[in-house]
Amino acid sequence: MSTNEQPALLEVRGLTKTFTATPALSDVDFTLYPGEVHAVLGENGAGKSTLIKLITGVYKRDAGTIHLNGKTIEPRNPRHAQELGISAVYQEINLIPTLSVAENLFVGRQPRFLGMVSMQLTNNKARKLLKTFNIDIDVTRDLSAYSIAIQQIVAIVRGVDLSAKILILDEPTSSLDRHEVETLFSVIRSLKERGIGILLITHFLDQVYEISDRITVLRNGRKVGEHLTKELPRKKLISEMLGREFTETLGKRSSQTTADNSKHETFLDVKGFAKRGMIESFDLEIKKGEIVGLAGLLGSGRTELGQLVFGINRSEQGEAFVEGKKVRLNSPRKAIHHGFGLCPEDRKVEGLIADLTVRENIILALQAKMGWYRHIPYRRQEQFANEMIAALHIATPDAEKPVGQLSGGNQQKVILARWLVSNPEFLILDEPTRGIDIGAHAEIINIIKRLAKEGKAMMVISSELAEIVDYSDRVVVLRDRKKLTELTGDEISEDAIMHAIAEK
Amino acid sequence: MKSRFFPLLVTFLVFIAIYAYCYSHFSSFGSMRVVCNLLRDNAHLGIAAIGMTFVIISGGIDLSVGSVIAFTGVFCALMITREGMDPRLAFAIVLGMGTIFGAVMGVFIYYLKIPAFIVTLSGMFLARGMAYVLTTESIRITDPLYIRVSKLVYIFPDKGRFTFAAGAFLAVLVLGIYIAHFTRFGRNVYAMGGNETAALMMGVPVGRTTIMVYTLSSFLATFAGIVLSLSKRSGDSTITVGAEMDIIAAVVIGGTLLTGGVGYVIGTFIGVLLPGVIRTYLTLDGSLSPWWIKIVIGVLLFGFIAMQKLLSTRPRLFSFRRQVRPTNVSTA
Amino acid sequence: MVEMEKQVVAPLDENKPRRTPNFKWSNILRGDNRALWTILALVIILIVDRMVSPSFFTVRMVNGRLTGSLINTLDGAAPIILLSIGMTLVIATKGVDLSVGAVMAICGAVAAVLINRHEAGSDNILYYPGFVIAIAILAGAACGLWNGILVALFDIQPIIATLILMVAGRGIAQMITDGQSPTFSNETLAFMGQGTIFGMPFPVYVALIALVGVFLLVRRTALGLLIESVGINSKASRYTGVNAASIKLFVYIISGICAAIAGLIVAGENTYADPHTAGMWSELDAIVAVVIGGTLLSGGRFNLVLSVVGTLIIQSLRIGLYISDLHPNANLVVKAIVILLVLLLQSKEFKQAIGRLFKPLLKLRAVFR
Repeated sequence: MSTNEQPALLEVRGLTKTFTATPALSDVDFTLYPGEVHAVLGENGAGKSTLIKLITGVYKRDAGTIHLNGKTIEPRNPRHAQELGISAVYQEINLIPTLSVAENLFVGRQPRFLGMVSMQLTNNKARKLLKTFNIDIDVTRDLSAYSIAIQQIVAIVRGVDLSAKILILDEPTSSLDRHEVETLFSVIRSLKERGIGILLITHFLDQVYEISDRITVLRNGRKVGEHLTKELPRKKLISEMLGREFTETLGKRSSQTTADNSKHETFLDVKGFAKRGMIESFDLEIKKGEIVGLAGLLGSGRTELGQLVFGINRSEQGEAFVEGKKVRLNSPRKAIHHGFGLCPEDRKVEGLIADLTVRENIILALQAKMGWYRHIPYRRQEQFANEMIAALHIATPDAEKPVGQLSGGNQQKVILARWLVSNPEFLILDEPTRGIDIGAHAEIINIIKRLAKEGKAMMVISSELAEIVDYSDRVVVLRDRKKLTELTGDEISEDAIMHAIAEK
Repeated sequence: MKSRFFPLLVTFLVFIAIYAYCYSHFSSFGSMRVVCNLLRDNAHLGIAAIGMTFVIISGGIDLSVGSVIAFTGVFCALMITREGMDPRLAFAIVLGMGTIFGAVMGVFIYYLKIPAFIVTLSGMFLARGMAYVLTTESIRITDPLYIRVSKLVYIFPDKGRFTFAAGAFLAVLVLGIYIAHFTRFGRNVYAMGGNETAALMMGVPVGRTTIMVYTLSSFLATFAGIVLSLSKRSGDSTITVGAEMDIIAAVVIGGTLLTGGVGYVIGTFIGVLLPGVIRTYLTLDGSLSPWWIKIVIGVLLFGFIAMQKLLSTRPRLFSFRRQVRPTNVSTA
Repeated sequence: MVEMEKQVVAPLDENKPRRTPNFKWSNILRGDNRALWTILALVIILIVDRMVSPSFFTVRMVNGRLTGSLINTLDGAAPIILLSIGMTLVIATKGVDLSVGAVMAICGAVAAVLINRHEAGSDNILYYPGFVIAIAILAGAACGLWNGILVALFDIQPIIATLILMVAGRGIAQMITDGQSPTFSNETLAFMGQGTIFGMPFPVYVALIALVGVFLLVRRTALGLLIESVGINSKASRYTGVNAASIKLFVYIISGICAAIAGLIVAGENTYADPHTAGMWSELDAIVAVVIGGTLLSGGRFNLVLSVVGTLIIQSLRIGLYISDLHPNANLVVKAIVILLVLLLQSKEFKQAIGRLFKPLLKLRAVFR
């Protein structure tokens, strides 16, 4: 297919959006032709969701233009975008689980007979509509009775039926099994035939190669490349997504513990942990004073692995040993009791208690560990907080500021401080440097190294390959919710990691 | 079988079981007399409960209904007896007031984002307080219209008296079912209660629907007050204290999910009658103490809530779902 | 405390000037502005009361008992103060306890029935006044435990979970008293509601002790912090190792105990236990007091002292209306209006709307500048 034979359906030029000083998207161009599937790829923070939110009018753009069929459009909100012909279907399906499939298709525009909403008419129309997509299900049943795949298809059919010209699919396959993905793809193919343009966001590379015609790669809010899918080798795609800079990082490994690594004793030994839909069975051993990096693309199961080890989700099988003793890791409390700590990926939702002060957030984990009765004296709390503010250079006027009012980097430091104060044996850091300015970035990496030197076991999840290569004694590579391999010592390099990820 | 019918089905079965038990002890449960009395005695609760059903399906709550019923009764009595107003005019005025009252509560809830619980709680204080301010005495109404209405009775062969109140209850029941299932407003209420953000994205006018739901609830509560006033032929500011909790309990027992999105008006009808049946049984029995009714309602309430909890956490146990669980994502 | 003493990071530079916010009074009245406004509201209402009735602040000693409107306000507020203390903790965890009124009735009934067995000459030590009071309080704790189990372990919405006991509780109370409103003449129990120490009504002491006791319990231990963290972000709290379930159990039990003591006071005041009316509406009054005191229904930061101030606002309004010639029955209307005003002042959306209204004025000012 050639790009110039037909006029573009959607043309986005110079799209820019800035949130509180850091640009989330800067000067991005994006073109979508009728009847093509255009995948937008990138790691977290690349700007994918900002892009679709600007196109669907969730956010107002700072600069740039959006043309639909050659005409400039100004989508005010998702509903307006829908009226213009841009429908979006999200991973968390925006339908009503308690209504029937038929009603979901026609909410807000129910067919009426003699002024009354007619369920029969609704059902008939729904059946007919679904039949055009070769889907034959009982439309009178609750939406929630169907699998995610069917729900997703219902959402797509609804969007298309509302005269959509452009369909945005945000991670549509992340909770589907192989068979369901096939069903969904057949619907997508029939949409292509109708000349609908599809913007696809997904983190499954195999699926990208299977269904998409064109790929745009974003990184840190910028467009780094646009390619026809068949002309783009896997490895090049991954290197674009991860944006490695050869000259800067090659050979810049600073891990010095490699040599005497074998002397350290094992802190945690996990055997055969797994949870369906999250991660396949894996073994993992972490020694004291060792930094284990988890590398893999977004959605590869790296976060899930961390959560399973920390007891947020219970493993369905396997066993774990802490310092040789068998333990059950079925709740964060248990894990913390064994000396674990976790700095989560989603700081706002899973980490911070926003209305509490910096001081209270810092001492919370220690206090929870000590129990409600053994109250940390106020002076001691202050001391902890002030020490941490000084040591981690947390930018706050004082320890009594609500933590929700700090910037992202400082919030991350507060969460780190929370665990440092509670003095864990083993820390899991999930994307500790995301969304953090350069200065803080280096500080956090130094802290990670220092903690390992003090004998703590560390597990760091990061999409920054250079970073992982820099400090890890061992790197665990994941893809598609599966542990692929482990690299140790001199094997560790960005090239090796990417090779492992890209390998078929 | 559709999972959303399950709570309703349980309600039906429990009702039939209890009714059958009562019938086996007292054959008068088979007479129209008991049936008509059940309808008459619970008419005001039932009418208000139908309004409450919409509120709860939409995901909200309305604590003001009991007070609104009382205020309506007092207002009508005062206007008719003391001011000599035509009852029809008084009804029209009070219905108008009730409608505005509900709409204002809806505005507070939707536009000012104040929790429905606390808005309708102050609505409850306000309506009850207004009733107290009007009068704390019980006022008898002797208007000819009231006498005429009281004579509007269909008498069954076994002396069962089908009164105006019973008729009004059934009429509102039919109206409620119609609104819930055959109007866009009704369907929108269900959609909103199922998932408000999704409903908004799908083009449901969430703001307007919220306001209309509370308006409908207050309107029906006012109407319930009029019906009660007509059958009691008096106004008293101390009646129906705490009725809102009985009404909410009835709605829950009727199979409406308190989390919103699922519920049936007909279920509420049964949920209202159920305590009435137990009360009748206790009266006929005579040896059992009246407090059992509250305890039984509490037990039923617990049972239904526990069932709802199980339904929402272990759906596969109850609704024979064809759920395909993601098994192996990475076979690609 | 070994883990505390270990230094993880470099010690602080001692020369660096450090703010030393010790145990501050502002922590008692946390939420600074709001505390000021709430207390100001109470002061204004008291001043209005004084204007309505010149003798409002007059306190006289009659027969060894202090009398006067101010004393009546405190005395009458005591049961609601107790409820509002428990309710504050419950609301701070994002919950609500609708059953406290019914629990008051249950505990009053338990006490009255048991004490009457003592009066009837039973020698059973369990019927001695001290034990009776203890049993009644235990009954309240059991009610709280029931609520807590439903909320914390079965994860049922608090409104619904406590509605069960609210509905069934009065039935239980009637069952205990066999449908009667038993009167009693036991002086110890009557003292709970009528007694005085140094002329001051006993319930006022009880309320004060409860306030200080619970305050110290939650602020001198880590409970307060843990309650707030669960209320603000229960997921993050779980990830930090906070045991949210036991925190919730705890607050409902405290609420049940507070309700039990309030029930004893009301029963003692009346010298009979009325299972129908004891504690009627009280749960709603307590919720309103907490909301006026600035604790949000969505949970999080709480302030026990301000909740008590909220109760006093409600009570001094009631007393003021009672002694004024205005209208004896306007109390509920005024209460509703006060709640609405407070809600409006707390509503962000309302403030924004007002802000928009005044925008043209601000622009005008900018022009003249």
